[in-house]
Amino acid sequence: MTDFERVELVDVSRHFGRRRAVFRVSLAVQRGEILGLLGPNGAGKSTLIGLLATLVAPSSGSISYGGSTPSTAGATIRRRIGVLAHELHLYPELTARQNLEFFARLYGLPATSTADAALAGADLTDRADDQVLGFSRGMRQRLALERSLLHHPRLVLLDEPFTGLDDRAVGLVADRLRRLAHDGAIVVLATHDLDLADGLITRMAVVRGGRLVADAPAGQGTRQQYRSLMERG
Amino acid sequence: MFVRTALLVLKKDFAIELRSYEVLSTTLFFAVSCVAIFSFAFVREGQAPKDAAAGILWIAIAFAGTLALGRTFERERYGETLKALLLAPAPRPAIYVGKLLGILALLFTTEALIVPMVAFFFHARFFDQSLYLLALLSLGTIGYAAVGTLFAAMLVRARTRDVLLPILLYPVTIPVIIAGVRGTAALLESPADLPIASLWIAMLAFFDVVFVTLSLWMFEPLMTE
Repeated sequence: MTDFERVELVDVSRHFGRRRAVFRVSLAVQRGEILGLLGPNGAGKSTLIGLLATLVAPSSGSISYGGSTPSTAGATIRRRIGVLAHELHLYPELTARQNLEFFARLYGLPATSTADAALAGADLTDRADDQVLGFSRGMRQRLALERSLLHHPRLVLLDEPFTGLDDRAVGLVADRLRRLAHDGAIVVLATHDLDLADGLITRMAVVRGGRLVADAPAGQGTRQQYRSLMERG
Repeated sequence: MFVRTALLVLKKDFAIELRSYEVLSTTLFFAVSCVAIFSFAFVREGQAPKDAAAGILWIAIAFAGTLALGRTFERERYGETLKALLLAPAPRPAIYVGKLLGILALLFTTEALIVPMVAFFFHARFFDQSLYLLALLSLGTIGYAAVGTLFAAMLVRARTRDVLLPILLYPVTIPVIIAGVRGTAALLESPADLPIASLWIAMLAFFDVVFVTLSLWMFEPLMTE
């Protein structure tokens, strides 16, 4: 499978028992885009991230990664996906270096050099051999972001990536995401905070009650458009 | 790729355990307490009831195993690291095998401590037929852990996982426990009933093949929400 240029959801629904988390969402996102999945808490953003990450299977509809589907090319697709979830996917008992080396090996990458580069990227080289348990939320978040990007994924999925970051760290993460998109990655960013997403996302998809209620280029007026959609209820 | 991933997961679990010995110490403490309490209850004036040793040994293994399974997967729940493992491009059943190997290592260590304890307190002549005992313990532990690892992984996201794990696990693994108890009891007969012990060993081998095959087959669909 060659690297995919776009990811497409077609009429995707997902139910958990009787609860409808996502309902008939159709959406396509291209490389170079930073798609903001916006919506209030419980709108279905995290489920959509889970669906795109292949961790959640759709109840109906289909998701294709440049023509391939998880049922036929699961491992190949997962190799090209990086996820930074709200929970950080780090082992707190291990050191920063041990965490990075473990995941690097899991992706078949050279452990030491990959971990060194990621530690530098997270600005944590001097804390490399400290347990993650003792890190602040911001340090963990930076480490988790680098962990999710170790294998240079084509599709980068981020669920509330700015949680716990100070203004400087928010700026650094935003710059990193812009660079990723510039280098050809597909970036999907789920957040309920438009103030942080504003100026970063190139397109916004607004989700409410599991439904996609707006899909438009981001730019001037994005904030106003989002707020009016939220107020409309 | 499969073996490499399984060993990576196992090595990672060891590295975490070596930081705190939390799961090992709680499992050993629980198993030893279990055997000690049974010995206080059943051994009178140095005499233990016939056949009690086999049952107590397997009860201690099953209970300690449940504790080990719960604690091991609790670590994967914090930070949702199990999801990170599932996101890796590795074959997902390899992750199951890695976790299973870690649980087996824990249980075999526990058994290395409690088998001599049960033998001592209950005057059980386990070591007269060491190879048979080794076969019974190994195969019984593999069968129990194979199902336990699958269920513990499946229940990681459940709020009531601590209650649900034994409720699901014990009914399914009852054949393994019964085969283990009856096989061990046959070894403790005087003289040891080796044909019957062999029969139970063969039964355990059969359960292992079924349980491990089913678990490998079901792990990926069960782990996809």
